Amino acid sequence: MAVSLREYRARIKSTESMKKITRAMELIAASRIIKAQQRAQAAAPYARELTRAVSAVATFSNVDHPLTHEQEDPKRAAVLVITSDRGLAGAYSSSVLKEAERLAEKLRGEGKEVDWYLTGRKGEAYFKFRQRPVVQAWTGFSDQPTYDVAAEIGTALIDSFLKEQGEEGDVDEVHVVYTRFRSMLTQEPTDIRMLPLEVVEGEESPGDDEVLPLYEFEPSAEAVLDGLLPQYVQSRIFFCLLQAAASELAARQKAMKSATDNADELIKKYKRIANQARQAGITQEISEIVGGVNALADSQAGSD
Amino acid sequence: MAEHLQVELVAADRTVWSGRADMVIARTVEGDVGVLRGHAPMLALLTDAVVEITDDEGSVTVAVVDGGFLSVAGDRVSVLSERAVLSEEINVDEVRAELDTAQDVGNVDESERRIRRAEARLRAVERAS
Repeated sequence: MAVSLREYRARIKSTESMKKITRAMELIAASRIIKAQQRAQAAAPYARELTRAVSAVATFSNVDHPLTHEQEDPKRAAVLVITSDRGLAGAYSSSVLKEAERLAEKLRGEGKEVDWYLTGRKGEAYFKFRQRPVVQAWTGFSDQPTYDVAAEIGTALIDSFLKEQGEEGDVDEVHVVYTRFRSMLTQEPTDIRMLPLEVVEGEESPGDDEVLPLYEFEPSAEAVLDGLLPQYVQSRIFFCLLQAAASELAARQKAMKSATDNADELIKKYKRIANQARQAGITQEISEIVGGVNALADSQAGSD
Repeated sequence: MAEHLQVELVAADRTVWSGRADMVIARTVEGDVGVLRGHAPMLALLTDAVVEITDDEGSVTVAVVDGGFLSVAGDRVSVLSERAVLSEEINVDEVRAELDTAQDVGNVDESERRIRRAEARLRAVERAS
């Protein structure tokens, strides 16, 4: 009995230290979420102004830019999947991957082949394990993405989008799958079509009362558009990365919170069992003593 | 018409400067342009160069942008750039070191671009001092 009591005590101890770890991770994730949200807010003015500028150019010039040009017979689609670098975030990465698989299924149904682009080690590991080819993968920044990374990804995607059909590595569409941060409690995997661009977006276009001014373009509308659109794409990718980072941290906080709660429960359970074992040991000792005393008393009574 | 220009200097990940100003000078691909209030709506491509903002009290803020855009509409001026730095945030020694390494980069385009950016930063520091 004593052995198992010691065992239970060791288990309680190890669970307690595990609880400390998950608790710490929960707190870290919680504090980083705030930073991630601040970063997302800091990036908002740039995205807003850029969107304004793009819709201004689109309204006043006949937009026919390679980046907005729809291929008549799309054959290949690139899918950028944004996953996390580290685990311990519940179902975060797997739900993004599931969404990506669903999208790929849909694209294949439309007769398009899929080229995979990944960010995050989890996604990379997922594809490596299944031995599926990946065109390009970026890792090492999932919880605090910088604009430089977004620019790099954007450039790679735009490059392959601009290639002629039939050329090596050409894609006719670019989709992005990421996790949208709705609130601390809900994050949903979402897919959006990044390219070809649909320039005027319903929610972001100016209201009816706000008339866009007649712009002068310098040097020309085409040149301005040439400069604007790639940055617009990059800024949207940056937005996706920031959202994904916030979602990852929120998912991690939630997962770690339930791990902590679970550890609490385990400790409670083990304590009960340990107390029971201790009680059983004491009871046995008492009954042994009582039995010994009785036997002694019996033998003395017999000898009298 | 508003008394002053409403200026926002925005980098991809933050707002670098925002407030009321009397004048903004920036360098577009076609040359320097100065914006006062009442300027016609304009959208221009910027080069890697210095942007000067004279605020409503007359003091001058100098910043550097790595390319980007200038958009003017109804006395609102926005300067957008992937990277924008205020002159007081620039570390001169770092920029000099960058200038030296940039000269050794094998790729000519890349080297030129980095030199141009480093020089723009140095100019901004000179202008501000």
